[in-house]
Amino acid sequence: MLSASGLYCERDERVLFSRLDFDISAGRVLQIQGSNGSGKTTLLRILCGLNADYEGELRWEGKLINATVEHFRAGMFYLGHSPGINKALTPMQNLRWFCANRGFADDAAIIAALEEFGLSVYRDIPCFQMSAGQQRRVSLARLPLSGASLWILDEPFTALDRRAVADLEARIAEHASSGGAVILTTHHPLQLSCALEIINLDERGPQ
Amino acid sequence: MWQWLYRLGSPKLFYDMTTGFLPWLTIVTYFLLIVGLVWGLGFVPPDYQMGDNFRIAYIHIPMSVGAMGIYAMMACMAAMHMIWNIKLADLVARSCAALGATYCALSLVTGSLWGKPTWGTYWIWDARLTSMLILLFVFIAIMALRSAYDSENSGSKAASVLTLVGVVNLPIIHYSVVWWNTLHQGDSILGVSSQSANPPEVWSPAFFVGLGLIGFFFQALIRRTRNEILLHERRSQWVQQLLTSKQLQE
Amino acid sequence: MNLSGSRQTLGTGASLAATLQRELLIILRSPGDIVNPLMFYVIAVSLFPLGGQADAEWLSGIAAGVIWVTALLAVMLSMESLFRSDYEDGSLEQLLLSPQPLYFHLLVKVLGHWLLTGLPLVLLTPVLAMMLALPGEAYWPLLLGLLLGTPTLNLIGAIGMALTVGLKRSGVLLAVLVLPLSIPVLVFGSGMVQTTLNGLPYTGLAAVLGALLVMTVSLAPLAIGAALRISVN
Repeated sequence: MLSASGLYCERDERVLFSRLDFDISAGRVLQIQGSNGSGKTTLLRILCGLNADYEGELRWEGKLINATVEHFRAGMFYLGHSPGINKALTPMQNLRWFCANRGFADDAAIIAALEEFGLSVYRDIPCFQMSAGQQRRVSLARLPLSGASLWILDEPFTALDRRAVADLEARIAEHASSGGAVILTTHHPLQLSCALEIINLDERGPQ
Repeated sequence: MWQWLYRLGSPKLFYDMTTGFLPWLTIVTYFLLIVGLVWGLGFVPPDYQMGDNFRIAYIHIPMSVGAMGIYAMMACMAAMHMIWNIKLADLVARSCAALGATYCALSLVTGSLWGKPTWGTYWIWDARLTSMLILLFVFIAIMALRSAYDSENSGSKAASVLTLVGVVNLPIIHYSVVWWNTLHQGDSILGVSSQSANPPEVWSPAFFVGLGLIGFFFQALIRRTRNEILLHERRSQWVQQLLTSKQLQE
Repeated sequence: MNLSGSRQTLGTGASLAATLQRELLIILRSPGDIVNPLMFYVIAVSLFPLGGQADAEWLSGIAAGVIWVTALLAVMLSMESLFRSDYEDGSLEQLLLSPQPLYFHLLVKVLGHWLLTGLPLVLLTPVLAMMLALPGEAYWPLLLGLLLGTPTLNLIGAIGMALTVGLKRSGVLLAVLVLPLSIPVLVFGSGMVQTTLNGLPYTGLAAVLGALLVMTVSLAPLAIGAALRISVN
């Protein structure tokens, strides 16, 4: 699906990683590990296309990523540190805009997704009235809606309670088993029912 | 791997090439400036209308033209930086901004010094002076934007975007100011003499000073850029070697 | 993944409409962003008679200039709300990574912003023009000029905002970046009023302002997009 070869990135005159190669194909879950400041977030932002300050090659389904940007964006979902949810709008309105950006409208699916994440009651309440964990769940409710095969998740477990964490773990495993792929960072010990690959950035630093 | 070498290589190439070239450029520059200034300020007969005051034009006009030329060059560098991500182009653009602002400011100062005896006031809203003032604002805006960013990389790119926006906008600004000036003609045309009738011995010193100021710009630009290169490449091997060899000489 | 029958595929137009709708909803949810620039506009204009003179002749002489300069400043102050919340809550990242064409989405965002901040400002102008004793024949050129000019100012302001949205404090820097670039709109806009007062036709200048608008609409989204990509980095 997504393959990287010879990725090199430096920030503020410090080499974060160099000669990083990996290839993530359908059914795989890849965890990026590393201490604070080791470049996990930077790496994910490079992979999803928000950060262009790197050297090396990224390919999506065999084609150079710049040559197939629209295809890549339609097949990828990125969740960063900030939820991407406007606090003045309701979950419904936020998710409608998300779906429109992905080129479809489907209120029934949005309602179903909100229900899966235990937010049915909050459907039409502005997000600023909700707790951080609930806002996080609104943001995660985009996962089933996105229709993307590759999920890039940066610290997805932040602010979630224990049950929501277990739910998300199950969801990640299910996505992998149904032919998707996931790249994620987390400080939380993952308990997945599927195989997990790990890249540790602390071992890839200055050489 | 070779990409990294290539990126590192080009500032080094610039540095090495200019090392031999710079002293010659400096000598020629000062020669041109001295000839032009001594000739223009000392030997050209005074103007029958403006007396000795007109001599300030020998500095004012080349400064104004120079400031505009510097912007054009900075814009080319910004485009190269944005399109091909060439680090060296950004280092040159960065040096251009400070020099361009200086040329602009000097052009305004000499212009108003010229204006006092000619028009009886230090400042009039003449189309050329006003355009120059706005050009100075744009140079300052670009420098302010660059320095507002913590991350040097983002600051460079933001400055490049603004420089390119300015390229589209500056001609429009210029024409709008010229048009605005004709709308309010009454108070601006006073005392502007036509320069078409000047004999060659009057304008040829300006030619020398003009070339001298272009040379001065390039040698200052090269010096600044060399410093920027040393600063940015200070961790690289060739700069380390250069520094140790300098220390050995002392 | 089960795709139920309720799913509708949207074209670019419908997806742009969704962005416009979202933009309008967000601005309507914080009325201060609409009202405060308008209040600034009214207050700043009414300072001129207080700081200068109150006689109708002097006022009508400066009216066009005062209204245009103050409108320019008010538009610039209103820009602060354009990308700020999107940047802070991460929606901007989602927009930049969306498979939809960014160019048109940015244009639509600025359009939504103009509809709720620029347009009310134009509609409020006749009242201020009357307070500054602007002669009757100058109303149409003033309003037409503002109608053509404020969207251009919004787009230029959006470039400045996109360049500074990632910075902690951007207010004064935004002014330093945007004001010099806004000069042509100001010159031709208030020039339209001046030429009318001199008894000349203003259509030529209106065409120039229209041309500036067309040019800005076609080029500014490129600069805004490039600037936003730098800002989220």
